[in-house]
Amino acid sequence: MSEVRAEPPQAQWPLYEVFVRGKRGLNHVHVGSLHAADDQMALRHARDVYTRRNEGVSIWVVRSADITASSPDEKDPLFAPSGDKVYRHPTFYDIPADVPHM
Amino acid sequence: MNQTHDANPAHEAGSVYDGLLAGEADGHWAFGTSFEDPLAGVDTTVPEGVDPGDLAGYCLMLGDDALVLSHRLTEWCSNAPDLEEDVALANIALDLLGQARLLLARAAAADPAVVPALPDGSPVPPEDALAFFRDEPHFRNVRLVEAPTGDFAATVTRLFLCACWRLALLERLATSRDQVLAAVAAKGVTEVTYHRDYAARWLVTLAQGTEESRRRTSTALASLWPAVDELFGSHGVEPRMAAAGAGVDPATVRADVDAVVDQVLAAAGLERPQVPAMSGVRDRTGRDGLHTEAFGHLLAEMQAVARAHPMGMW
Amino acid sequence: MTTVDDVAPELVESFETTIGHHDRIEPRDWMPEGYRRTLVRQIAQHAHSEIIGMQPEGNWLTRAPSLRRKAILLAKVQDEAGHGLYLYSACETLGVSRQQLTEMLISGAQKYSSIFNYPTPSWADVGTIGWLVDGAAICNQVPLCRTSYGPYGRAMIRICKEESFHQRQGYELLMTMMRGTDEQREMVQESVDRFWWPALMMFGPPDDDSPNTAQSMEWGIKRHTNDELRQRFVDMSVPQAEALGVTLPDPELRWNEERGAHDFGAIDWDEFWTVVKGGGPCNAQRIAHRKRAWDDGAWVREAATAFARRSAS
Repeated sequence: MSEVRAEPPQAQWPLYEVFVRGKRGLNHVHVGSLHAADDQMALRHARDVYTRRNEGVSIWVVRSADITASSPDEKDPLFAPSGDKVYRHPTFYDIPADVPHM
Repeated sequence: MNQTHDANPAHEAGSVYDGLLAGEADGHWAFGTSFEDPLAGVDTTVPEGVDPGDLAGYCLMLGDDALVLSHRLTEWCSNAPDLEEDVALANIALDLLGQARLLLARAAAADPAVVPALPDGSPVPPEDALAFFRDEPHFRNVRLVEAPTGDFAATVTRLFLCACWRLALLERLATSRDQVLAAVAAKGVTEVTYHRDYAARWLVTLAQGTEESRRRTSTALASLWPAVDELFGSHGVEPRMAAAGAGVDPATVRADVDAVVDQVLAAAGLERPQVPAMSGVRDRTGRDGLHTEAFGHLLAEMQAVARAHPMGMW
Repeated sequence: MTTVDDVAPELVESFETTIGHHDRIEPRDWMPEGYRRTLVRQIAQHAHSEIIGMQPEGNWLTRAPSLRRKAILLAKVQDEAGHGLYLYSACETLGVSRQQLTEMLISGAQKYSSIFNYPTPSWADVGTIGWLVDGAAICNQVPLCRTSYGPYGRAMIRICKEESFHQRQGYELLMTMMRGTDEQREMVQESVDRFWWPALMMFGPPDDDSPNTAQSMEWGIKRHTNDELRQRFVDMSVPQAEALGVTLPDPELRWNEERGAHDFGAIDWDEFWTVVKGGGPCNAQRIAHRKRAWDDGAWVREAATAFARRSAS
């Protein structure tokens, strides 16, 4: 928002990554991300946003900031500028082509 | 037009048009839209000992509650505090709209006399005739669901109160002797449990959030509270339906609902407002077709297009 | 951000090899700043279009003339919120937050599809938007499932699956109305008359007036030019209009045997630029609506954050 607020950053909820088990027997697969104020809200949002066509039997959510990620070229200092945002990448995990509804 | 049969949209343009002209319904694409005949496959015989007129009236009550609350929630679309909430409120509105369709269709099937008369040859189905061609005094929803939407605090507070109450009714209705009511209730219990959870969490969050959110929540609770008493009034139809083993007398769920409401209010740090209950007019309330001023405006808007085209096909 | 000049040549080479192999660029990969900027602009514009696009159809939610249509329309507009959300998330992988994006939408720094600056005065517009506007969007979007930036492509796959139903519901709505009364058929024709030309404009300016297209295609962000996609859309729409029984409002529209495609009349690009630059019938209204929703929601977002903090401590 352009107006000045007492504590403007508070209005932005943190980013969460969402993983859905499409059906029993499958792994949880990364499906996308969303914003929520806390873990419980993230679960409810995930249910509403990512399984509204009944695409899942189980949902995991995790704060994007809590993900530790590898990088193929971690040593390379040139990666630092974008590498520091890796935890914000909702799509760090490839979705196999054969997963339904993804 | 390109007639490939490649269903994978990742491939190339054209494939997504497959079947466009065939017009076949893909039934599973969104909440609340998955049925053509809402009562397909369910035994629609009115059980012995149940008066068809009472059954229809009872279904209208529960159906109108869902229809009107759904309509109010729909007003949030594109206006919610964030996109996630927009999606969530739409899901809840869709659940309730789905319940309304089933219940209105049941009312019409049980007693066709409740369906407003339309010109000969009108293709309007009975559920739509009930929703769009009934006049205000024939709507039997409680007044709580028709109050203007208000802010987000008012929305979650009303949703919470309604969901606690409706869940108590539906849980008991799941064993109704009427197969349709039992099926609607069984489906509805899962849905409304989620609505209650959603609303209760938001109620606590707002009450415990900032000074502003707390103030708004107390204001909302105080303004909605007068309409709560009406939820537990027994209209003539309800005790008769309860006696026939097909319905629930709302007076009997009050203690259970109160317990849940008090628990959540305690978690939120909110008191039950000390405000007088909203009376009816000569004892007539929403269930009798006596509504608030806001309701006429809601109906005028909701029914405008349908009423302009009584012979229309949609 | 580094520029091509400062970075090790092997990074540039690796980027170009990946693009050359039609492979995907992922968020952690090095990318030229111009590529990143182009992506942010395009994804954001796309996300904003979904969000603003909720309004013209949302305009009819409380007046839908049947319960079934009401449910379908609500589910559809809800999908648009979801699509905006997926796309904002894809944009966030490029280091721009949803809040920043929303601010840029509200301030006018970023655009959305001009089609949503046209009003929806008729219920039939709900069907026409599904058929023509979503149809045009699908032509634009399906190739984007193969776009070179991984998160964008994956968001688009999900979106395209859902969008195909949108177009279908719109077309089915119009077909149903065409089977109804004369008055209903007139409503459909009137709506198609209003939306046909703006739908053609959705593909953007003609190729010789589209400065970014060449670079975007080289980078694999775009896969087809504006005019190619527009032609494809016209060729698809003509038989659909015939099946529906409506006339497309273009006397010059006819099959060209030689080209194997339809010729069509000149698009009024003055109108296009007027609307793009803010002079359309609904530009101010759409932005004001979005700003109001965002501003009115601030206390709710803040309350949830405050509550989460208190619960965590």
